[in-house]
Amino acid sequence: MNTPANMSTAPALAVRGATKRFGAVLALDEVDLVARHGEVLALLGDNGAGKSTLINCISGVHRLDSGVIEVEGKAVSMSSPSVARAAGIETVYQDLALFDNLDATANLFAGREEAVPAWLPRGMRWMRRGEMSRSSAQRLDRLQITLPDRSSSVGMMSGGQRQAVAVARSAAFASRIVILDEPTAALGLRESRQVLDLILRLRSEGCAVIVISHAMDHVMEIADRAVVMRRGRVVGEEVPRPDNRSRLVSLIVGGEG
Amino acid sequence: MPDIEAMDQQHLSAPDAKPEAASSSDPATTAAQEVTVPEPEPQSSGQLRLRVVGALLLLLRLGPVLILGVLVLVLSNLSPVFATTQNLGNVLSQTAVIAILAIGQLLVILTRGIDLSVGSTLALSAVVGATIFGSGHGGALTVLAMLGTGAAVGAVNGLVLVYGRLPHPFIITLATLSIARGLALGISGGQPIRGMPDIVGSIGGDSATWLAAWLPNSTFLLAGVAVVVTIFLTRVVWGRWIYAVGGNPDGARRLGIPRSAVLISVYVCSGLLAGVAAIVTSGRLNAGSPTFGDLAELDAIAAVVIGGASFLGGRGHVGHALVGAFMIGVIRNGMNLLNIEAYLQLIVIGVVIVIAVESDVLRGRLESRFRVLKSAAS
Repeated sequence: MNTPANMSTAPALAVRGATKRFGAVLALDEVDLVARHGEVLALLGDNGAGKSTLINCISGVHRLDSGVIEVEGKAVSMSSPSVARAAGIETVYQDLALFDNLDATANLFAGREEAVPAWLPRGMRWMRRGEMSRSSAQRLDRLQITLPDRSSSVGMMSGGQRQAVAVARSAAFASRIVILDEPTAALGLRESRQVLDLILRLRSEGCAVIVISHAMDHVMEIADRAVVMRRGRVVGEEVPRPDNRSRLVSLIVGGEG
Repeated sequence: MPDIEAMDQQHLSAPDAKPEAASSSDPATTAAQEVTVPEPEPQSSGQLRLRVVGALLLLLRLGPVLILGVLVLVLSNLSPVFATTQNLGNVLSQTAVIAILAIGQLLVILTRGIDLSVGSTLALSAVVGATIFGSGHGGALTVLAMLGTGAAVGAVNGLVLVYGRLPHPFIITLATLSIARGLALGISGGQPIRGMPDIVGSIGGDSATWLAAWLPNSTFLLAGVAVVVTIFLTRVVWGRWIYAVGGNPDGARRLGIPRSAVLISVYVCSGLLAGVAAIVTSGRLNAGSPTFGDLAELDAIAAVVIGGASFLGGRGHVGHALVGAFMIGVIRNGMNLLNIEAYLQLIVIGVVIVIAVESDVLRGRLESRFRVLKSAAS
């Protein structure tokens, strides 16, 4: 498409023929999706279109009934969230999945704590707390995220700061693919701006970024491509430009575009 | 209190520093700004409220320790016996069992759970131990059997909770409360079984004569348990995961934390600690009785909540369980010394529980208020 030369020949993420049923409801129907390095892909659609189901399958929360998910050209069986994380897929959930009772560093490292010795099972290792604290400071600096106090619990932070922690958790670990579900939905203007800048920074670092958003202005601004879903199917793909905005909207709501 | 001052300073000025800090990448200058930044005039009423809320939060956090301190001071004044070493030894030995159970309960409550079965587990564990010893086995096997019994009941709680897909542990631990007590009565024939191995007797009943004759050995056991669990919770990855599961169970799962295993493990630990408490109890009385630990689960739960851990999960540490257990121990002991009737003790402890739970709720409300005020200030 219109993206620059990729870091590797295979796309960062390729979903083929993804199908998922919840009882009688066909939530995903033969969905194909490709996300490339260094591009922002917007995933659009009305409520219930299947966007969240799709990203839940990609991030290992749900399992596909049929279909393949490939990371860097290799098929990965997304049997659990940890498999997805190990494959380099990080997800910022709409509810952020933060631990309000823990501080920013602990949230950043949740589920991948730095600990020794390596021969013990992961859960029984001794945490390297100083190391994690230093490392989280570095990673937050690199993403230009400033928090008032990394040692205060996330529950005491403002909405924008919480969002920043959640995004940083996904972005801070050189991941290949970052998925964001409604990253700006609960944010004010300035806080949205910071998150959008963060997304663009991820793109320039070569990440494949998939963004679910209802905010068309944000989609227009940051997305290189937009894929529209309706009733569990991909119904269209466009390069978002001011002149096809109305066509995108009509694809989303299901009118004849 | 200089602490309040320092804490508020940090919280107050941080939002102001934020917009500028976004452009400056040097954390040192940001930190310097945080201390020196002058408070803007128009927000001063908001800032004042933020300060008040912050102070209240700190007071709530320190509340249990302050109350325990006041209790000790008042009782020392009211009763000449209270502050004697001999009575202190009594308080320590009576509190050790509650405190050990409370530490186990804390682990469960951290994951938003509750373990109602610990009192019955204690009794079953003691009866099993006395039976094993009575049939001619040695001290080591007796101790192992007692610990194993506790862990086994805990494992049943955890496994049924997770694989039975129960929405809440209340019912399963209520069921094992009944089952374990029934088993204890059945095995013992309803009668206490006399005789415990020396090692059990010395852990539960003897004093540390080499140090001070009034200091019970069980205090060292309690201290050991407290230190081990504290290290586990704060330094070991699994401990961090316990907090994560309590803070956001679904989020923990989505981040690849083994939620089910974590849940099962806390019930096993709670059961295991009920076995440890059984060793202390049966050592002190040189017997295993099916009536041991009657209603001890309520003391343990009360201790955790009174001590300041959150009943809603995710917040609390061993210190909370200890402070709560000692508060209960001191209230009981003090009221005994003052010849206050037993029914009043029950009422007082009940009232303290209500106050503790209410301050937990209040803390939650204050924290969200704090958050709102802080975003408004930024």
